[in-house]
Amino acid sequence: MLRKLMLAAVAGLVAAAAQAADFKPAVVYDLGGKFDKSFNEAAYTGAEKFREDTGIEYRDFEIQNDAQREQALRRFAQQGYSPILAIGFSQAAAVEKVAEEYPDTQFGIVDMVVEKPNVRSILFKEHEGSYLVGVMAAMASETGKVGFVGGMDIPLIRKFACGYVGGVKSVNPDAEVFENMTGDTGAAWNDPSKGAELARSQMDRGADVIYHAAGGTGIGVLNAVSDAGKLGIGVDSNQNALHPGHILTSMLKRVDQAVYAAFEDAQAGNYSTGFDVLGLAEGGVGYAMDDNNAELVTPEMQAAVDEAAQKIISGEVEVHDYMADSTCPY
Amino acid sequence: MDLSLFHDLLQVLDATLRISAPLLLAALAGVFSERAGIFDIGLEGKLLVSAFAAAAVAAVTGSVWLGLGSGILASVALALVHGFACITHRGNQIVSGVAINFIASGITALLGQAWFSQGGRTPQLTGSARFEDITLPFAEAIAAVPVIGPIYADVLSGHKLLVYVAFLAAPLTWWVLYRTRFGMRLRAVGENPAAVDTAGISVAWMRYRAVICTGILCGLAGAYLSTAQNAGFIREMSAGKGYIALAAMIFAKWRPIPTMFACLLFGLLDALAIRYQGFEFPLIGTIPSQATAVLPYVLTVILLAGFIGRAVAPKAGGVPYVKER
Repeated sequence: MLRKLMLAAVAGLVAAAAQAADFKPAVVYDLGGKFDKSFNEAAYTGAEKFREDTGIEYRDFEIQNDAQREQALRRFAQQGYSPILAIGFSQAAAVEKVAEEYPDTQFGIVDMVVEKPNVRSILFKEHEGSYLVGVMAAMASETGKVGFVGGMDIPLIRKFACGYVGGVKSVNPDAEVFENMTGDTGAAWNDPSKGAELARSQMDRGADVIYHAAGGTGIGVLNAVSDAGKLGIGVDSNQNALHPGHILTSMLKRVDQAVYAAFEDAQAGNYSTGFDVLGLAEGGVGYAMDDNNAELVTPEMQAAVDEAAQKIISGEVEVHDYMADSTCPY
Repeated sequence: MDLSLFHDLLQVLDATLRISAPLLLAALAGVFSERAGIFDIGLEGKLLVSAFAAAAVAAVTGSVWLGLGSGILASVALALVHGFACITHRGNQIVSGVAINFIASGITALLGQAWFSQGGRTPQLTGSARFEDITLPFAEAIAAVPVIGPIYADVLSGHKLLVYVAFLAAPLTWWVLYRTRFGMRLRAVGENPAAVDTAGISVAWMRYRAVICTGILCGLAGAYLSTAQNAGFIREMSAGKGYIALAAMIFAKWRPIPTMFACLLFGLLDALAIRYQGFEFPLIGTIPSQATAVLPYVLTVILLAGFIGRAVAPKAGGVPYVKER
């Protein structure tokens, strides 16, 4: 027992010394890979920005299969990297295990909660961002019918859906929202054919704006929407450029800022662990505006969405979080 | 009410054709291979590889036809690997098929990442790099005719070229297998290769030609996925279609025309599941999408268990041919 304690203490000292000597951050991306034009790429952008701003190099790793998660994290921890950020909810089990083995290394995970004293769990209020794009969807829709296509049917994606419905109904209480999920396994993230069919089925029923939160499946959704001359809404990263003129906006999840902030905090020596929930007020979520969608967003729409954002930040409007009680009141 | 129900029905049938087309091409591919005595569990892998090759070449050259050609070539190459392992080296056909699925899954993601750096995706295809919808002749003129008009204009017309190719491939496969000398011999090497050998025909060469046919049809199916139904390749985009095609083929007892109906049935189930996901039916309530997703497999298992007639596989299926004993 005593030996164990001493070992731990020594390990702690060594780790602390290593930290003081040089600051070595690391990132482990999820299966999508760092150039996925979405979630993982956002993390990469944040890390790159940190490198440019501070000149501090970081290491990163793109896993090729599920078995590599733990290895990659452990390897970085062994080599004295800290903080080590794991991107994506599927890394939770690996982070939990490795964080226990290396209690003096700082870890972070995006989109999931790992309750260990040395882990920062970075969560986003996707429902708030989804609410905003819902407001825009309802205003852009001429039929009063809009759609949502989710990837895997998990609470996180229901959270997107619920916020979106809330936003739509806040503008047009009579609006009809078609909600579809692609499937119940990981394959639901990479089935663009099914995504396209779901979108077509919603458009057949009258939907003219469709929001997706479905990864690769969503590429099929946006494609079908653009083929039909209707409007789509992207997710996570700015996807407006995928089909210029056919993507109303994208719900942004600022993983880049979260990564940047985590590195910055760790460098300054005030890396906090526990929950880090980023919403509209923190700039963690938002919607994308650029040249590709400038013509689609009318001044009225812009004003309405700004107003909604203000109300959410001030607390006047509280967007329901599906994950809090697994229901959607809208 | 009746009108909207009719409209719904048309939309579902329209979707059924789109969803069934790749299944049908892949299932017919399976028919060629398995009727010649080569089990092919690697349909999924060939779909994926040809989807990737088609999208990659179409993205780079901007020509959907070059893409289609490359998709077919890639799929035939993989089919020949299967043939080399199973025909020339008499390897285990199931093991080889599984290996092909693994290779396909890995190599498409790897090459996609290396060439395009978009997480294993190819760039989005636009314009001439994609198949266009084809409007059948007189579709607009006939559309106004009650019942027949909408069926022709909304359901039959307006699909991609490869959808029509798929539904023509079924009778063509029947004709080749049952009405040509090549087809007779192909079926014979799947039933009794020794007899074919006695007649002085090379069993190995016959079987190689069968797997090449499989490769071509799988190539069409894969190219449909990435350049017609979608606009680009995405990791693992075949999403189990090769396995459903396999199930459809077994469900149809290895016969081309019933295979077409089996694929239409599985496509219809999928289209209904998509259309009525989360829909409250009177009396029944909502039908979980999982229930419809497993139906193809459940039906196939019921069939194999002997409840719907008997499914008899080609006799020499899975058995490598050894000339002298």
